Amino acid sequence: MYRAEVFVTLKPVVNDPAGLTIRGGLHALGFKSVKEVRAGKYLVITVEETDEDRARALVEDMAHQLLANAVIEDFRVELQQESASPLVAEGRAAELHS
Amino acid sequence: MRTGIVVFPGTWSDRDCAHAVGEILGEPVRYIDHRERDLHDLELVILPGGFSYGDHLRCGAIARFAPVMEAVSDFANRGGLVLGICNGFQILQEARLLPGALLRNASCEFRCEWVHLRVEQSDSAFTLDARPGQVLRIPISHGEGNFFADAQTLESLERDGRVVFRYCAPDGRVTAAANPNGSLRNIAGISNARGNVVGMMPHPERACEALLGGDDGLAVFRSAIHALARVPV
Repeated sequence: MYRAEVFVTLKPVVNDPAGLTIRGGLHALGFKSVKEVRAGKYLVITVEETDEDRARALVEDMAHQLLANAVIEDFRVELQQESASPLVAEGRAAELHS
Repeated sequence: MRTGIVVFPGTWSDRDCAHAVGEILGEPVRYIDHRERDLHDLELVILPGGFSYGDHLRCGAIARFAPVMEAVSDFANRGGLVLGICNGFQILQEARLLPGALLRNASCEFRCEWVHLRVEQSDSAFTLDARPGQVLRIPISHGEGNFFADAQTLESLERDGRVVFRYCAPDGRVTAAANPNGSLRNIAGISNARGNVVGMMPHPERACEALLGGDDGLAVFRSAIHALARVPV
């Protein structure tokens, strides 16, 4: 099982009104040294795959097809192996005991 | 004009569109469920405004994969008339039937107000009845209508006359003050190369009766009727 963290961000050439507004808020709070804020999306996707390369390829395919819009956004995928989630583990334990 | 209006979960302007086309113009209208796959009985398909699938991830991103969208794409490629209004425009872009994207309004505010639109070209199926330079008064109602396209796409849209509407002052001047959402070059609506697919952020269906504040939106729907009379689907 792999846990993928997907970071979707607006391309550098695309204006980011949310980031500009947050920067304004930080300036108002006194964080005068804040130069730039870029807002984006963060998704965590768990896939039941055993091969790391395949898991990465799948998540990148998801990002190309749906998670990011290539017209305005870039994405980055970080992958880490994970043991079965507690719920799944419980389910398996239940199976073993039945 | 046999008209179909697509209804996704979260669509909100379907009945306004049906009222404009069916009641005011007296044309036959039916609703299209988002799971339908056959649009052969239709001449015009409208993707209305709203918040399809809660606007989750990105406006229009999930709707694009609804079963009906494959049929809409085939319908458009056959030359059928397709009008995307507001969320419908966002869906057409996500489906790559129109270029560019619609970002969050530069103000970060939802804008619900009357705006003025300058008709930039009268060759599209939805502006045949208008003349270039004509000013239409039509309301907007959106939080993500900030038109963006890369420099190359913008140039080709301008060069090929595919910018259909621009936000303008009441006298037709295209000014920064008349731009309600930060759209590049004040773009409010564009067409595909063939002119049978148009996307626009403003709501013409909400400007079809003087009683409701104005009827400039009728030009959009009447143009479609005349486009069909000229080149039957």
